[in-house]
Amino acid sequence: MNRLIYIAPLALFAFFAGLAGYMLTQDKDQAIPSQMVEQPLPDFALPPATDGIPGASRKDFVGGEPRLLNIWASWCLPCIAEAPQLEALRDEGVEIIGIAVRDEPENVADFLARYGNPYTRIGADNISELMIEIGASGVPETYVIDADGNIRYQHIGDIRADTIPVLLEQLERARS
Amino acid sequence: MRVLVLLLAFLSVPVFAQQTMPPAPYAYTQLDDPALEAEATALMETLRCLTCQSQSIADSDAPMAGDMRHQVRARLVAGESPTEIRAWLTRRYGDYVSYQPEVSATTWPLFAIPLALLAIVALVLLRRLGKRRSDAASGAD
Repeated sequence: MNRLIYIAPLALFAFFAGLAGYMLTQDKDQAIPSQMVEQPLPDFALPPATDGIPGASRKDFVGGEPRLLNIWASWCLPCIAEAPQLEALRDEGVEIIGIAVRDEPENVADFLARYGNPYTRIGADNISELMIEIGASGVPETYVIDADGNIRYQHIGDIRADTIPVLLEQLERARS
Repeated sequence: MRVLVLLLAFLSVPVFAQQTMPPAPYAYTQLDDPALEAEATALMETLRCLTCQSQSIADSDAPMAGDMRHQVRARLVAGESPTEIRAWLTRRYGDYVSYQPEVSATTWPLFAIPLALLAIVALVLLRRLGKRRSDAASGAD
């Protein structure tokens, strides 16, 4: 019995070392969900991000069908991976309004020329104003906005092939 | 070796690509009014940078932290109080944006447990010391 007591500190140490080792192997969810989901889209008006495509404001989301608001940037690598998925969504008839974060007009034009343009409008968010207003913490992020201008769903990170059905379902749900 | 160092120096250039845009007006510029700037600094030290997550926006050099500092300073100038600005950010990012622990429905045990432990220790000590004193008193008889 007395001997066991001497082992106790070592056992305790081994337990915590094991716990720390186990936690290191676990994925940590870094995503910070926006609290603005189910809230009205804040009022904003952003100038065009590049020549030839109009800028974006809150009123562009009101009326008609639910739309996607896609926060991206030409300097963002996952946005390149996401580009073909956005085109697939546009081909499904979804209107996608882009917000280019901290981006130069020529870089935006270059990105669109290279990876395609799925957007009807692109607003330039040069100081992350709208990003902070809607509770986005990184690029890319995509929001489903219903025809009344309410935020209905948030997707954090790049859109992959298996995200498309989820977004289409959320867009359908946003009709009611 | 020198060639390698030179190459590495150029490799790091794309990292700065997202900072080619000029920073927001108040990201790195202090307010003219020292009292207001002191309020801004105090508030920025209690707000978490969302891209670096383990730094306050006052400490972080991330572009997003600069944009958040701009919001803090611009809103103070516009007459909002630090409490209002903090609440405005919490409405968007939840408690996560707070870099200062606050007592809430989920965090109260963090504050209550140490106090409870201290109370238990004090109780045990009092009983032991009290016992020893009464032992000593009875021994003297």
